[in-house]
Amino acid sequence: MKRLASIAFATAIALSLQGCSGWQSALDPKGPAASELAWLIWFFTGLCAVVWVLVMVALAMPLMMRSRQRAEPLVLDAGADNRKLRVVMTAVGLTAVILVGLTLVSFFANRTLAAIGSDVALTIRVTGHQWWWEVRYEDATPSRILTTANEIHIPAGEPVRLLLTSTDVIHSFWVPSLSGKLDLIPGHMNVLDIKADKPGVYRGQCAEFCGAQHANMGTFVIAEPRAKFDAWWNDQLQPAAAPMSDEAKAGENLFLKRPCVMCHKIGGTPAGGTVAPDLTHVASRQTLAAGTLTMSRGNLAAWIADPQGVKPGSHMPVVDLSGDELNAIVAYLEGLK
Amino acid sequence: MSSADLTSERDLPPEREASAKGDVAPERDGPRDTGMDDASLHRWLTRTWRTPPGIIGALSSVDHKVIARRYLITAFLFLCLGGLNAVVMRIQLSGPRRGLIGPDLYNQLFTMHGVTMMFLFAVPIVQATGIYLVPLMVGTRNIAFPRLNAFSYWVYVSGGLFAWVSFALSMAPDVGWFAYVPLSGPEYGPGKRADVWAQMITYTEVSSLAVAVATIVTIFKQRAPGMSLDKIPLYVWSLLVTSFVVVFAMPAVMITSTFLILDRLVGTHIFNPAEGGDALLFQHLFWFFGHPEVYIIFLPATGMVSAIIPAFARRPVFGHLGLVLSLIAVGFLSFGLWVHHMFATGLPKLGASFFTASSMMIAIPNGVQIFCWLATLWDGRPVIRTPLLFVFGFFFIFVIGGLTGVMLASVPLDLQVHDTYFVVAHFHYVLIGGAVFPLLGAAYFWFPKITGRMMSERLGRWHFWLALIGFNAAFFPMHIVGLWGMPRRVYTYPAELGWGNINLFITAGAVLFFLSFVLFAFNLIHGALKGAPAGDNPWDAGTLEWATSSPPPSYNFARIPVVTNVEPLWAEPQALPVATGLRADVRELLISTVAEAHPDIREKSATPSIWPLLAAIAVGGTFLYSIFTPWAIVWGAAPIAVTLIGWFWPKGDPEDEE
Repeated sequence: MKRLASIAFATAIALSLQGCSGWQSALDPKGPAASELAWLIWFFTGLCAVVWVLVMVALAMPLMMRSRQRAEPLVLDAGADNRKLRVVMTAVGLTAVILVGLTLVSFFANRTLAAIGSDVALTIRVTGHQWWWEVRYEDATPSRILTTANEIHIPAGEPVRLLLTSTDVIHSFWVPSLSGKLDLIPGHMNVLDIKADKPGVYRGQCAEFCGAQHANMGTFVIAEPRAKFDAWWNDQLQPAAAPMSDEAKAGENLFLKRPCVMCHKIGGTPAGGTVAPDLTHVASRQTLAAGTLTMSRGNLAAWIADPQGVKPGSHMPVVDLSGDELNAIVAYLEGLK
Repeated sequence: MSSADLTSERDLPPEREASAKGDVAPERDGPRDTGMDDASLHRWLTRTWRTPPGIIGALSSVDHKVIARRYLITAFLFLCLGGLNAVVMRIQLSGPRRGLIGPDLYNQLFTMHGVTMMFLFAVPIVQATGIYLVPLMVGTRNIAFPRLNAFSYWVYVSGGLFAWVSFALSMAPDVGWFAYVPLSGPEYGPGKRADVWAQMITYTEVSSLAVAVATIVTIFKQRAPGMSLDKIPLYVWSLLVTSFVVVFAMPAVMITSTFLILDRLVGTHIFNPAEGGDALLFQHLFWFFGHPEVYIIFLPATGMVSAIIPAFARRPVFGHLGLVLSLIAVGFLSFGLWVHHMFATGLPKLGASFFTASSMMIAIPNGVQIFCWLATLWDGRPVIRTPLLFVFGFFFIFVIGGLTGVMLASVPLDLQVHDTYFVVAHFHYVLIGGAVFPLLGAAYFWFPKITGRMMSERLGRWHFWLALIGFNAAFFPMHIVGLWGMPRRVYTYPAELGWGNINLFITAGAVLFFLSFVLFAFNLIHGALKGAPAGDNPWDAGTLEWATSSPPPSYNFARIPVVTNVEPLWAEPQALPVATGLRADVRELLISTVAEAHPDIREKSATPSIWPLLAAIAVGGTFLYSIFTPWAIVWGAAPIAVTLIGWFWPKGDPEDEE
């Protein structure tokens, strides 16, 4: 068993070294909440490992000792049993003390987490959909309210409040390197405060099983310096860029004539659907289909031509397009920076 | 049991009870075991208690051992099916973006894996072991309500068939074994898949409630004379507590699944937030059952550990009373922790903290159990045989699962690991370590009693090491990949997240673990056909099931043993004292008092009957039909009523005519 334990341990170490570069890892914290939680995870793990080793030692003891097998099952040594009783009672007492301690540690960690959002300036409403995220930036000025999808830009170093809800099934918002997860439940509104210490891109994904494409419901939190963030917001408020080439113009026309327009919105055009992601600045995003594909001309074409092949079960229908039509629409969307 | 000990009757003057009944006319009073010689007693009892010959006879059997054997074999088959599900899922996950199966099949697979393992394997197999062993351990001739027991098996089989035939037709539930609304609701769960989930729950819950009731009554009222509460074996205690947990927990999930069916079939809006319903209500109801469910599976396994350890440590278990109290405490506390499955739903902070504390607290009685077992093992050198090896495996694995459970009890920590592979690792450590390893140990331990033959010790050791290594290779890395951010229930993952290698390693471990079960199946079959003859008591254990022959006769004990110690066979090594006075020509049981187990009255036990099977078919058909129309309840009521009337038709016994 010792050998096994050491093998398991060595494997664990080797594997954890390999994966620490992960950008979606609870052990790679990039914000105050995740840091607190990573500390908590290591503390609990360390303590639990000690307890486990002690129990294994206690289990191995009778096997190590070269004592004889008992002959008379009912003849017991009362003195020895009394000593054992004391040992067992002590162990139970220690267990209770450790558990009370862990309860308190966890309680105070919870308070630390709650304090992160004491001074929020920015509120973002995140609504879960099968299988993408609607992201709406709240502002006192209605014209500054901004709706986008799947990528959440935040100013680095500032706490941000996320209001989480859903319009269909239950989802869960989880960006492990920033914070623990919280569910998006239809009919409920949950509040999650996050903060990124430094600029960077932090990946997350839906953590509550939500149907066929639960596996492909990724999101990115993009933390930027305040000035860059403000500039981004202002850019996103602009209507969609007018198509530059003839092909792109044809693409816009096709987009508005074909079923695309039924679901998607493109600011500045008649397209006003709200059941699918807002495409006003779709080309400015890093990925397509909620983190399923990276943003590129080829992937845009693949996603439009065969959404059920890329993301089987997704609510994006196959629209019958000729090759030229597909190229035109892709050219148009590609220009929507 | 010795035949020479006829005279040492204790506590029991059977004539007195017979006369107490007042009206037992001499001509109605058939032959009794008092004073009858062994050979003719055996002839009489065999004729009275045997399962009738022929197919109809076999289907009519009410012998608890026959029913339990069927239960055990069926549950093992479901374990194999659920395991195959898991292997297919593991192959799909062995690398990023693999295309072996798509999301539609994958989601059915993980749902069927969970449903099969929880409802068709784990709960039935622990209850089946109890059905086999409890009547033997308490020294009675059959389980209480034997026809209900037979009925429960047939309902269980039809529920299992229902689920797996649905799977074969690609209409298996794909909403997870927890089937959260609104995903399983009428709007987002089209087709019949979620209905299959809801009704399959109903089948298996009806059957496990029936077994629980039979088990409780057997333990309370049918114990051998002298087996007062303090002399009940710990295994029997564990089944008693489990059965009570079943009785209080299962109705919650039956309500959940019924509400879901109502929403889907009748158009109620109990869980629909748009119409004033609440999606979270479902989770509360489900987990109010779901958490005790874990203990329904785990507690009987602790009973098995408490039975195996004394036999090989060669002493009664240390801290018997403490262990009994721990079992009861766990039973109660298991109802106070359900919210820790819902920490990520955004609960009020104070409420969540309460459930952190209560979840931590249940580790205390479980700790008491672990420490008492260790203290039992500290006395001299234990005899290392395969059953004890699996108990060691249980310690090795379950303690890790228990400790990660403590981690999950912490609200903030849980928010990072909830619904990730860390949790998958945790509950497999708890359920496989805490229940499957003890069950495997129990299989090696009681196999000789059930078949009369030993399983191979050498293969047993190979099996143990293969299972231990395969299990840990498959599940330990899941802790890590969960912390790296891999959520549960994903059918694929992108390569750039770096989870590929570790998942390949996990898959290799899972295949190894699956192979260990192939080896186990071979050992079972080989042992049943060619194993060395076992004798009555191959391990020289102390409890009553080892007093009768292996396999036990249909009537279990020729004469009802009298219990003087918690390990009766160790206290009376020559021959057990017996109580006599029961009729040999009719099925008669000795009913004793709840606390002291004083012999109280003689009671008839039900004879074989085909009606439980017919009733189960009527009930099963009604449930099946009810996923299509609510009118099924109306039309189904008629055949159910007919079969129940047949089942309970008065037999014209003198007692019935009174």
